[in-house]
Order: sequence, then structure tokens, then C-alpha cells
Amino acid sequence: MEHIVEIKNLTKSYNRKRALNGLSLNIEKGKVVGILGPNGSGKTTLIKILAGILRQTNGDVIIDGHKPGVHTKSVVSYLPDRNFLYDWMKIQDAIDIYKDFYVDFDQKKANDLLKFMKLESDMKVNDLSKGMKEKLNLTLVLSRKAKLYILDEPIAGVDPVARDQILDAIINNYEENSSMIITTHLVRDMEKIFDDVVFLSEGDIILNGNAEKLREEKSMQIDDLYKEIFG
Amino acid sequence: MMDFNNNLPIYIQIVDYIKRQIIIGTLKEGDKLPSVREIATKLKVNPNTIQRSYQELERENLVFTQRGMGTFVTEDKGMIKELKKNLANNIINKFIEDMKALGFNQKEVVDLISDKVGEEN
Repeated sequence: MEHIVEIKNLTKSYNRKRALNGLSLNIEKGKVVGILGPNGSGKTTLIKILAGILRQTNGDVIIDGHKPGVHTKSVVSYLPDRNFLYDWMKIQDAIDIYKDFYVDFDQKKANDLLKFMKLESDMKVNDLSKGMKEKLNLTLVLSRKAKLYILDEPIAGVDPVARDQILDAIINNYEENSSMIITTHLVRDMEKIFDDVVFLSEGDIILNGNAEKLREEKSMQIDDLYKEIFG
Repeated sequence: MMDFNNNLPIYIQIVDYIKRQIIIGTLKEGDKLPSVREIATKLKVNPNTIQRSYQELERENLVFTQRGMGTFVTEDKGMIKELKKNLANNIINKFIEDMKALGFNQKEVVDLISDKVGEEN
């Protein structure tokens, strides 16, 4: 099986505080992987290293055959856990910036997604609700034809209807030859879209495997397993 | 909409759901199944999981795939009858097991059922 991501003995310390503790993980091509863990377990730190925003203290990360940098940023589409657009922008400005920045930006995909999310290109970012901002951010991220999508808490803090729309957009835009890494602590809402799940606790992987196999082995859904482990 | 709250892998729950649709005739013999993508969106499930469910149904010869056309329900009525019987058997077996666990013997179970059926007629 080919790996899109290979992580070996990854550690990250903030001053004396360890956020990642010698973590190793391979992610197969074409898979949707859920990274699950409570707040402070290291999810966002891990993702920021993969996105090339943070540098690790120790260990190796290889994405699509390269260390995080210019190449990986061109093949990784990353959704941060907070709004990354300026308030003065109109939606069209945000689209234009993405089109400028990323050669893999697909205008048709963007148009379809905007329509699906009920967003108009002349709306101002400042006037959007939290849920609409999240939808716009996700629209931009999914409009790229990336090899790897990294979504950090894509449904946190949005209402159930928006949540369903976001899930639909993720499922509809998932393609077999790309991979996705999604972090969440809202396991019940998202578990059905994961091929594999990784349980993260205090910077360590404590459980990792195929979601369906885990359901079979433990005779429970991943959400119940999550509660058993972290509850 | 389907609820995935029990303890089985999701692909098995989808297999059971489609079997039920075949038995009650929502999906008739020769009918085309929704595409993997359609059902994935409807149930909000990973397309790979749906694919696996379809493969399982195909392995059991309940559906067949035609290249470029899609997946279809078997045209073999005998097969669908058999499926219906199997499902009924599963329900009865589970019922009998539950009743045994409650301490009823065979005769008591039969009596209870004929009483109940009599009541309903």
C-alpha cells in the first residue's frame, strides 16, 4: 500500500511542554483518516506540522515524498481550525486569492460548492455568520484538486443543518485518488466518513486502525469507543 | 434516514438495509440500485464503505454489476424468496433464544404465540 504521509518519531515541544511525544503514523493513499482526541491531545499541533506551518522538534515527516515545504504546500489543501479570511473581503476576493495562489484551484468546483452552500460571490466576509464563514473556508479548501486535504475541526461550532451540508460537501468532493485527514472531537457526527481512525492522547497514539474492524472487534461504534477511552 | 446506533460495522448495516428494501419490494427484481455516490451522500457514509456493502451483496448473488451501467437487483425471484425466508428465520431464532433466556420452554412459547395470533384475528 502506498503512503501519502509518513511520520516517524515525531516530537514537538513548546518550551518544556511536550505536545507530541515520538509519534509514528503512516497514512495510505485514498483514505479518509479521522484523528480523534480531546482538546489538548496534540491534534492541531500534528496538523500544523503536516501543513508546514510549524516545525517539529524531532523526527521525520514525509508527504508525497517530500519534507513539508514548497512542494507539499502545493499538494496539500489545509483547513485551519479558525476563519482565515479578512473581514473586508468579498467572497469573490477570497476566490481570486485562492485562484492566484494555487495552480490546482478548480473554478467550476468552486462555483458548484458556492451554490451548494448557498453563498453569493458578492457577500462580504464581515457579514457572514460563523457557520457561513466555515462553509466558505471549506469551499475554498475543497475547490483545490489536492492530493491531501487536511481539515482541522471542520464542523466545530456550526448548527446541525450546516453540519450536514459540510459533511455532504466533504463526501461529494472526496475522490479515490486523494486522501483526507480530519480532526474532530465530534465523533458521532463524523465517524461514518472515516476509513481509519487514530486516537490521540497527550501527544501519543493510543489506538489506530480501520474503523469497521474496530467496530467489529469492540462491538461498538467509534463514538462509544471514544467515550470509553476518554470518558 | 438510517440510524447507525448498534454494534455492527456500518457496511453490514447497509447490507441489511438494502436486503430489507428488496424483501419489502421497494427495490424490485432487476431494479437499479442507487449509485455508490448517491447512497453515500444520502446516508452520509464514506463511499468506500458503500462499495464494500455492494461487494458483499454481490458475493451473496443478490445483486449484479454491469460494467458502466450500475448495480442491479437479481432477477431470480427464488433467490429473493429465499432471502425473505432467511430473514424470517433470523428473527424467529433470536426470539426463541430470548424466550429461552427468560425461562420459557418450547411448549409455552408455542402457546403464547398461538394465543397472540388468535387475539389478533
